[in-house]
This record gives sequence, structure tokens and C-alpha cells, in this order.
Amino acid sequence: MPHDSVENALKTTPLDALHRRLGARMVPFAGYAMPVQYPSGVLAEHLHCRSYAALFDVSHMGQATLYGPAAEALERLVPSNMQELKTFRQRYTLLLAESGGILDDLMVANYGDRLRMVVNASRKADDYAYLRAHLPDNIRLEPHEDRALLALQGPLAAAVVGRLSAEAAALPFMAVAEVSLAGTVCWISRSGYTGEDGFEISVPAFKAETLAEHFLAETEVAPAGLGARDSLRLEAGLCLYGSDIDEGVNPIEADLAWIIGKRRKAAWDFAGAATIRAQLDDGPARLRVGLRLDGRALARPGAEILALDSSVVGEITSGGFAPSLGVPIAMGYVRPDLATDGTPLLLSVRGRQLPARIVPMPFVPHRYFR
Amino acid sequence: MSDVRFTKDHEWVRLDGTVATVGITDYAQQALGDIVFVELPEISRKVQESEACAVVESVKAASDVFAPLSGEVVECNAAIVEDPALVNRDPAGEGWLFRLELADATAFNSLLDRAAYDTLLGTI
Repeated sequence: MPHDSVENALKTTPLDALHRRLGARMVPFAGYAMPVQYPSGVLAEHLHCRSYAALFDVSHMGQATLYGPAAEALERLVPSNMQELKTFRQRYTLLLAESGGILDDLMVANYGDRLRMVVNASRKADDYAYLRAHLPDNIRLEPHEDRALLALQGPLAAAVVGRLSAEAAALPFMAVAEVSLAGTVCWISRSGYTGEDGFEISVPAFKAETLAEHFLAETEVAPAGLGARDSLRLEAGLCLYGSDIDEGVNPIEADLAWIIGKRRKAAWDFAGAATIRAQLDDGPARLRVGLRLDGRALARPGAEILALDSSVVGEITSGGFAPSLGVPIAMGYVRPDLATDGTPLLLSVRGRQLPARIVPMPFVPHRYFR
Repeated sequence: MSDVRFTKDHEWVRLDGTVATVGITDYAQQALGDIVFVELPEISRKVQESEACAVVESVKAASDVFAPLSGEVVECNAAIVEDPALVNRDPAGEGWLFRLELADATAFNSLLDRAAYDTLLGTI
């Protein structure tokens, strides 16, 4: 069977056997066999995460450590203030090309004498090569292919984690720590990709299943797959690399200018700075926005965005049903003069023009623990 | 009891006189996952066999539904437009999609019978 041979070529995460025991539907994603959903389905998993706590396997993502005086060196490639990042704090930033395009979006955490990163699965090989090529010789990058990454997300995630570690449960949003969970030292951050309070937990691969089973045994926790992860992050207004941002998009167009540190905006000393500065001064040619459709029909990535006179003014990059709102939502790029909240537009879907309007993001308010 | 036939595109077809009721199979609704939107054809639309004439969308993806046979659309299921999840809950019953007045009712016999459809599912 062709399907089997494709699946055999895929890498698996340390939780592969657990997913199959739980009845997950496995799909190829970024070279890995990943659970897209469990038997309860995407809607139920999504809503469970918003109300209780959901456990995601995100072990396909790239985990790596930079040893050496990496903060200053990394600033050459990212627009954030890395030198001001306090110990045991984490920051969301962008890896930039010389063109100003976005090579990846990533989390960087300061663990004192080292920086730890989490990068996208589809980008990790390219990211590591780019970092090794551009960072000085006294910085060493070590990927952690021997670790799993679990995301426990939802309003009750802290209660669940607190039963294993009071220290972990007390971390504020975007703080990190090394804590012992059920006898295993984990690298834990108070962050996630759902808009909810929650944690991302890096655990040695051989302990991953034990820890995941521990969480799943708690009454608040249900497993959730990539389907729910995608609908949750879309409701939270968060970008998906490869869909909403890529090397052809710069941070200003992506409405991620807030990532550029104040000091960095004075010095303009990072990859792509000249292009990004010009975009900031002159205004970008397009801007990432959120859209809400008036009807029930969904707009998928690739759908054209039209002005009311039917002229093409942009394109949808993410779109689907928002389970928490019960309506279709989308993210896309439009001409900046049409990017104002409330602007009515049309989305071209199967030859029809669906009425939609620009709305502020996030679509569902973030509930981070600050 | 009226006869039910199937297509390789995972639709079921029930014939009553010259009118065929069309829905998607339990296999199809499971494969799609949670259905959140259904687009049905216009009444009186004439469709050719294998022509895309409805869309069923789950949270994950949109999927075309094809006319199993040629004919004219005579009725659509308004209940699933209001409550698309009905297609998941009762795909072979209350979750039907549309009805066709068949151009040639004898063509119904060219569709897969239950045994042939089960064989098809066994190869997936």
C-alpha cells in the first residue's frame, strides 16, 4: 500500500505508541507521523482545552541549546533585545534573512549560561545550518533530538502541574525553569500556542510516555492533536510558519513589529534591518489582518480577498471554523488602507463572494498567567 | 424497504420510484471529522453523473460531494445547513444531503451494492 510506505518513511515521536493506543488518527506533518485528532474529534479537543486542560505532543519541534555568549551574537539574526532577556525568562522572536524575510519564528529562553530554543519542525534543519553559519565559533549549537516536548494547555493546566511541582505552577507567563516532575528533571516554560494559560515541558525521550500518561490520568486532562492545535492558535491570532509567515514576508507586513526591540530600532544592526526600517518608515505594501465571515461558509488558505468593487486586495493564509465562537474566521494579508477594523471585504470561495469584515486579533482573548 | 446503493466516492443513494436520496457514508463522515458547514445545490439544478454539486466541510478540510447519477435536484436537507453536525450523528438517515429526480432510474443498478462497497472499504 502506498500509504503505508509513506508512513514508514516518517519519523516518529517518543509518544508514537501512546498516540496509537489512544486511537489517534496519524498524519504526516513536517516529516513526522503526528496525531491530527483522537477519537473525540477536533471540536471536542479544542473546547476541552478552552475549558479544562489539553495535552499535546509537540516533540516534532526543534529543541536546541546555544552554549557560549550567545545573546549578543544571536542579535545579528533576530530583531529582539536578547541581551536584556533576564535569566529564566523566554521571548518569542523571529529568525531573519538578509532580505528581511522571516526564516522562522521561535522561542528563546535564557537559562543563565546558555540559551535554549524551540523552533518549527519544518524549519529546524535549515535553522540550525543558518545559525551555525552565522554565529561565531565560540557559540556551539546542540540540537536535542533525544528529548520530547509536551504542551499542557488550558485554564486547569496549572492545577494539574501544581500537583507535581509548586515551583512550576508559580511561574509567570514566559518564565522558564528546570524542575523535577514525577522524578524527572524537565525544562518547563509557562507558554504555549493556544492563547490559554499553560506549559511547554521538555522531557528526556525515554521518560516522555510516563509523564504524558501521568497527565492523562488526571481528570482535567484530555489528549488533543494537531487539528485542535491549529484551530486554537488561529483563534488566538498566532501565526503558523509556512502559512501566515515565511521568507517572503517581513515582520512589518506580518504585524509583528512589536518584536523589534527599542534598542534594536535605534541601531538597526540585524539581518534585513535596512529593508525592515524602510517598511516601517514608508509603510508596508500589505498587512496581516484577522477576518470574520458574516455567513457560515469557510474560507481556506489561498482564497482571494476582494474589495467591495471585486478588485483583488489580498489573500487568506489561514482560515477555518472557530469552535469557541461558532463562526468562520480567517487570517490573511490585505492592502494597508483596507486593514482597519470593521472594513467590509469579500472572500472569493468556489466562485462566490462571501462577505467578511476585518476584526481585531486575537479572535478569542488570551488568558495568560501574568 | 427501498434499495440502497453506494459510490466509490463514499456516497449512499436510496431510490424511491424515480427519486434518489443522496448522503455520505459513515466511513466518509468519520474520515472528514467534525462537519461544520454544508453547501447544497440549488433546487432545479440539472446535474450530470460525477459532477461536483455539494460541499461538506469539516474543521480540517472541504470535500466535494458528487452527483452519483444524472438528474435534477428536487429537494435539499435544510436541517443539515442549520446543524451540519447532523451529518456526523446520522449520516445514513437524518443527515441526508439532497434528492435527485433521476434522468434514468435504471442507472441506479449500475451503482455499487452493499457487498461491493464493503469490499471497497476493505481495500482502504
